[in-house]
Amino acid sequence: MSALKVLRIGPLASIQDQGRPGQLQRGVSRGGAADLLALAEGAALLRQKADLAALEMAGIGGLFEATAPLRIALTGAPMQASLDGENLAWNASHQMQAGQKLDIGAARQGVYGYLHLGGGIDSAVQLGARAVHLMSGLGSPVAVGDLLPCGADPGREVGLGLQAEDRFQGGALRIVAGFQSDLFDAEVRARFADTAFKRGGRANRMGVEMVSGGAGFAAAGQLNILSEIILPGDVQMTGDGKPFVLLREAQTTGGYPRIGTVLPCDLSKVAQAQTGLDLQFTWVTLEEGLAIQAKHDALVKALPATCKPVLRDPARMQDLLSYQLVGGVISAQADPFDTGDIT
Amino acid sequence: MTSSALSFPIIRTAGLDGMLVTFADALSEPSNRATLAFSAAVRARDWAGVQEVSTSLASVFLRFDNTALQHEALKDLLWALLEEQDWQQAPLPPGRRLWRVPTVFGTDLAPQLAEAADAAGLTEAQAIESLGSARVRVLTIGFAPGQPYLGPLGAEWNLPRQTALTPQVPTGALVLAISQFVLFATTAPTGWRHVGQTGFRGFDLDRPEPIALRPGDEMIFTPVSRSDYDRFCAEDSQYGGASREGIPA
Repeated sequence: MSALKVLRIGPLASIQDQGRPGQLQRGVSRGGAADLLALAEGAALLRQKADLAALEMAGIGGLFEATAPLRIALTGAPMQASLDGENLAWNASHQMQAGQKLDIGAARQGVYGYLHLGGGIDSAVQLGARAVHLMSGLGSPVAVGDLLPCGADPGREVGLGLQAEDRFQGGALRIVAGFQSDLFDAEVRARFADTAFKRGGRANRMGVEMVSGGAGFAAAGQLNILSEIILPGDVQMTGDGKPFVLLREAQTTGGYPRIGTVLPCDLSKVAQAQTGLDLQFTWVTLEEGLAIQAKHDALVKALPATCKPVLRDPARMQDLLSYQLVGGVISAQADPFDTGDIT
Repeated sequence: MTSSALSFPIIRTAGLDGMLVTFADALSEPSNRATLAFSAAVRARDWAGVQEVSTSLASVFLRFDNTALQHEALKDLLWALLEEQDWQQAPLPPGRRLWRVPTVFGTDLAPQLAEAADAAGLTEAQAIESLGSARVRVLTIGFAPGQPYLGPLGAEWNLPRQTALTPQVPTGALVLAISQFVLFATTAPTGWRHVGQTGFRGFDLDRPEPIALRPGDEMIFTPVSRSDYDRFCAEDSQYGGASREGIPA
């Protein structure tokens, strides 16, 4: 069986898939990849199903050695990547041979980068998924010395690339009203959408803090609200009226009021925002939200068709890259494939 | 409009693909009874497009595929079901179990019994008598896998949460606030008071059924001595000597 041996790894790298929907009644939160779009992109690049598990790397990657030939793809937050010293394109699929070393550095934009294996990572299934959820006691972070085993990989194709949607710059988050929005005065809800937020310093896979100047966004009777179900994307106000956007790994119930729910298709943008990036909220109606989400879902479905060979002859790609770097045509810092110019 | 102006039950949307049926804005036995009975009825209808049904303290949540079931159509179905009977008087669903869990109240295992008793205006012995004889219902499971909210306890136990968090309580800790227990299924910080300790593991992946409890189950936390507690834990590392029996429908 092929596997990647972990020789070096950043903190909080974990195996993730689409998580565990449907188990709220048992107190199990959905969890799964912080950037689901990146999961779908990796699956498309390897021509495999989107429900396979990949390695999620928070801010920084690691060093990995292949025990046997295997295919990989790299998606999500663009990170410096090289194979035995040769630069690798991000948002692309590649072949690794036995003994070759894959070195993934720090994120240049965004937060969560993803390393996908042909056949997916075949780790233990717990409560119906491979997604690690630390607070729930499901799995543990990836550590030096671990083996990331590949599932059966019927695929052969590598050297594909895609133009990833840029969700690494912050920007507008579309939000719909929900069952607790009326707890907030109309004035507070309007001011919420008029406020320029920055991604705060407190953020993890459960939620992301939004900071702004001026008054907070407290709800009426905030402290007496009965604990109620939490949905991914809910914008929760803490006691001092500070918003947190909750992600898929948030707990299943909570007592802080939620002003609304960010559309699922905009959650990758929340998770991938580095500290200090500008974000703001835009109210949309339920009908508008459904239409926006449907359009996004159609784009995700069409991802496999957008994957194209990176070069005419993928086998020569690494040589060509190395030639470009040596020739000084571009700087060693700037990966030409980063710009999305991959054809 | 504030929540106090709402008339219940009420149906509201939750995100793009959720619907929430709420029976009250405060916890009570009838409102929790309504959520359990109504959620069982929704599951039994098995409407096409409904992907998940779950209960919180006084609400039933549905997640659905809106390409198969439109929001307005689902609301119509739910209103029709709501009008079929008075859900606050409905019988509880079948298949519920009664768990009796050996529990040490107080001592160094559960160091906040004394202050909780004080706050409730009781002696420690009275507190143990009250808490140790209460038959409480699993109102909902939430926050962490397999972790029950239990109640309601009597009004004397309507104690506020602590202002500061207890950094960590162990698995099996019985904590109390706002007329409810939570029986910790994991090790975690809490703002509730640690009044009892059990050997009960609500969540264990090594079991065929990793999550022990279901909403609607009932529990009695039987006071035992420290030495009996130690023996129960040694003999039964999964449930700490808890017994289980079916509750007749």
